[in-house]
Amino acid sequence: MSVKAYEVNMPFVGAKSAENPIIEMKDVDIYYGDFQAVKKISMEILERHITAFIGPSGCGKSTVLRSINRMNDLIPNARLEGYVLFNGYDLYDERVDPVLIRRRIGMVFQKPNPFPKSIYENIAWGARINGYKGDMDELVQTSLQSAALWDEVKDKLKKGALQLSGGQQQRLCIARALAVFPEIILMDEPASALDPIATGRIEELILDLKTKYTIIIVTHNMGQASRLSDYTAFFMVDENRTGYLEEFGDTEQVFLNPRNKKTEEYISGKFG
Amino acid sequence: MNSMNHVVQFGTEEDVQVLMEKRRHNGTLWQAVFMFSVSLAMLFLIMLIFSVVNTTFGYVVLVNEVESSTLIAQKDSVSSFTRAELEQVAFSRLSAGILRRVEYEKPIADRSDEELIALIEQYIIKPKVRKTWGLWDSLFNKIEIDRYMAENEGSYAVFRSWVNSSFLVADQSSDPLNAGIRTALFGSLWIILVTLVFAFPIGVGAAIYLEEYAKDNRFNRALQLNIFNLSAVPSIIYGLLGLAVFVRAMEPITSGALILGIEDSTANGRTILSGGLTLGLLVLPIIIINTQEALKAVPDSLRMSSYGVGATKWQTVWNHVLPASFDRILTGTILALSRAFGETAPLVVIGASTFISIDPSGIFSKFTTLPTQIYQWSARPQGAYRNLASAAIVCLLILLLIMNSTAIYLRARINRKKRLEA
Amino acid sequence: MGCMPMTSSFVFLMRYSKRMMDPHKNSFRRKVRPHERFIEIMLFFCALLSIIITVGIVVILVKESWLFFKNPQVTLKEFFTSKKWQPMIGDFGFLPLLNATFTTSIIAMSLGVPIGLFVAIYLSEYASEKTRAVLKPILEILAGIPSIVFGYFALTFMTPLLRGIFNAERVEIYNTASAGLVIGILVLPLIATMAEDAIGAVPKELRLAAYALGSTKLETVFQIVIPAAISGISATFLLAFSRAIGETMVVALAAGAGPNFTYNPFRSAETITGYIVRISGGDVSYNSIDYNSIFALGLVLFIITFALNFISRRISERFRQEYE
Repeated sequence: MSVKAYEVNMPFVGAKSAENPIIEMKDVDIYYGDFQAVKKISMEILERHITAFIGPSGCGKSTVLRSINRMNDLIPNARLEGYVLFNGYDLYDERVDPVLIRRRIGMVFQKPNPFPKSIYENIAWGARINGYKGDMDELVQTSLQSAALWDEVKDKLKKGALQLSGGQQQRLCIARALAVFPEIILMDEPASALDPIATGRIEELILDLKTKYTIIIVTHNMGQASRLSDYTAFFMVDENRTGYLEEFGDTEQVFLNPRNKKTEEYISGKFG
Repeated sequence: MNSMNHVVQFGTEEDVQVLMEKRRHNGTLWQAVFMFSVSLAMLFLIMLIFSVVNTTFGYVVLVNEVESSTLIAQKDSVSSFTRAELEQVAFSRLSAGILRRVEYEKPIADRSDEELIALIEQYIIKPKVRKTWGLWDSLFNKIEIDRYMAENEGSYAVFRSWVNSSFLVADQSSDPLNAGIRTALFGSLWIILVTLVFAFPIGVGAAIYLEEYAKDNRFNRALQLNIFNLSAVPSIIYGLLGLAVFVRAMEPITSGALILGIEDSTANGRTILSGGLTLGLLVLPIIIINTQEALKAVPDSLRMSSYGVGATKWQTVWNHVLPASFDRILTGTILALSRAFGETAPLVVIGASTFISIDPSGIFSKFTTLPTQIYQWSARPQGAYRNLASAAIVCLLILLLIMNSTAIYLRARINRKKRLEA
Repeated sequence: MGCMPMTSSFVFLMRYSKRMMDPHKNSFRRKVRPHERFIEIMLFFCALLSIIITVGIVVILVKESWLFFKNPQVTLKEFFTSKKWQPMIGDFGFLPLLNATFTTSIIAMSLGVPIGLFVAIYLSEYASEKTRAVLKPILEILAGIPSIVFGYFALTFMTPLLRGIFNAERVEIYNTASAGLVIGILVLPLIATMAEDAIGAVPKELRLAAYALGSTKLETVFQIVIPAAISGISATFLLAFSRAIGETMVVALAAGAGPNFTYNPFRSAETITGYIVRISGGDVSYNSIDYNSIFALGLVLFIITFALNFISRRISERFRQEYE
């Protein structure tokens, strides 16, 4: 693995073959003050695939997820050692502006969190602040269509987003993330606050999105991980409450034929 | 999605960087604005403290009515007088009436040298204030003071701290050099006492009713809303209420005529009792709200465990809830009282601002308070009274600081206790 | 009552178990406890006093105002339209007082609102824990200083400052600008603290969502957080405005005595509160037109501030519901 020299004009790298890693992590340690949250994470995430992060609570899987679009920067005293590469460029190079990174690596959160604005504004806002040059109405429509929400909301775009149901709100949040043209979408337990039917729709949507986007999803739900993902990363926590990567591989292999005893125990529900 | 697509969406990489530079610049600019606002807020506090301290200390130009050299030849200062000279001057120059009073309070022979010097200065030399300077001018603009001195013969300058021991113990006086705040201090303390005795039990009782007894119905919600509204009524309205109810309508009671049988009370209802009750009404909603917060902080599990062993509601409240929230209630009450301590407008409205030089002797006395005293002195145009006002402000602020830091100390103790329990 | 909790509960337990064993007594019958009932009624009256105070305020203000308006010299039309207030010679138009009140309050708000809001934004979004630990007590100190001290400050610091900057010939010794600015400083900590609470009540998730879309801190604050907190913030502004209108000592000392209808903030003009204090401070005799007039003006003041507080509370209640 090689770290490419940073260029001020970080070029947009177009579509690549599926085998190219879009994210590479090398010996990543993350600290909150004196507390080491995760240690020695190394992995490669492939473009246009779904990678699931699983593991018991407190194992640092969300921390690792947030390090990919530098959301951890927002936590005071958070610090990262090692390399996180995006298309070969060091995301933590001091000249990199996290604001530009987050436009290209979007995020969907556990609880639906639409802005207290209209549905239209929820979608348009991110694109507008980032200097979107195209037709805004069209963008709103395509984003909502990609998130399978258009038909339900097309007549009430000017209505408040908070009137929508929980599942609709979460799809709105996904549409909102899509509207800034990200390459990667990070999802932090996106369906855990939803009922089974809404969860089903979100899962369908995620599978649809795979054709265009790289998706990394943190989940507590083993079934969800096995249904959705192509690759699975299993995180564990050591006696110092520091998380580490126990096993990473093909989802089929991790679930059916785990190399590791801990993984097997976790997947079969012995702990977690 | 490919790179061409991306250019259509957000422009070339250069466009993106130019926009980002603008956004970053905006961010820095506004952060500077926010920080500037914070520094302004701090600057206001500093200016306020400066303006008070500045007029509390500084040079005073005085002119003596009688020069000390005319009392004892060749002695330019009273402090260089011998003991015999001091006594001689006191006996020979004091008017008969003053001498009799002074001797009655404490015989001249028993008085120390310092006391005699003060006596002679006050009654014989009688220095008059010509002009005062603030601390700033006294330190950095001495030239102007010297020039003033040169133009005004017979005057002399002394550096004076307007807050001093005699300022604390002297009563009101028309002479700024001898005026003090003793009467006002006593008045303030009496008022606060009445306020406390009136508002604390009622306030805590009301809070207990609202938090522990009241069911969630329209009436009780209206009660709560009403308390919030009362807490935001301007204090001067309470003054009008006090004027009409306590001073005027309840005059027989508040003047003491009904209770003590004093027929010719000159206080005519403008008494400490009226003032204290008025401020009591003013702080009542604050005490209620603060106490409610304190009661809310008591965990429900405590109540449940008390009911669980068969205690009645009042037993639960009295034996468990109140002890558990007592520190907080106290903190809230002290903060409410410190608000009352600094209140001026309602007391001026009910008539506290008259000139008073006799210490209050009870709740039916006429009164003045520290804040009303400050108002009186500030409103006068002569310079020296400004100095008196600022000295009184220093005393007021120190007292408030003591009250508030007690409250903050109590609050810190609660937090520490909570941390230990956790 | 009054004994140690342990003992009392023990005694209760004993009594209770004994009754349980007695088959002839219905131990679960509702017991009448006159003592408990009495306490509850007492506590209820404590709470009821607050209603009595409100009723008292309204009754007294209305009654004395009635006497004021009943006076043949006074007409409602004159009261609300005339620009002259000289009760001594029979001029009863309260517009000059109202005008001065609004002049000082608007000046106060134009200083206090932006600075207070910016301080709140800085405190809740930018300041580190350490900075907050320094700044919050400073605001608390500022909030705890009695208004009479601000009055002194206006008179001895702000007025000379204004006269120094804008030329002493244009700025009168007593003027509404000085009083207004100082009232602005006085309401600043109130605005900063309450607005910070409102901003702090905006869920963290909204900020994260904004950042995750590639927004800068400033964009997040101005376009997401502030709009989300806008009802709480406007409730704060209304309350501060009501505080500024009701503020008395600052205007009594610095704004000037004597009604004056002027839009020039460098001229002296008496406010409603300033007039009430001046008249009542001078030992006014009951039943005189002066005495009645301060209550009529008090009623005006009460209605204005009550309306502002009421709207403010309504808005902030709705705001709280949005995030619960």
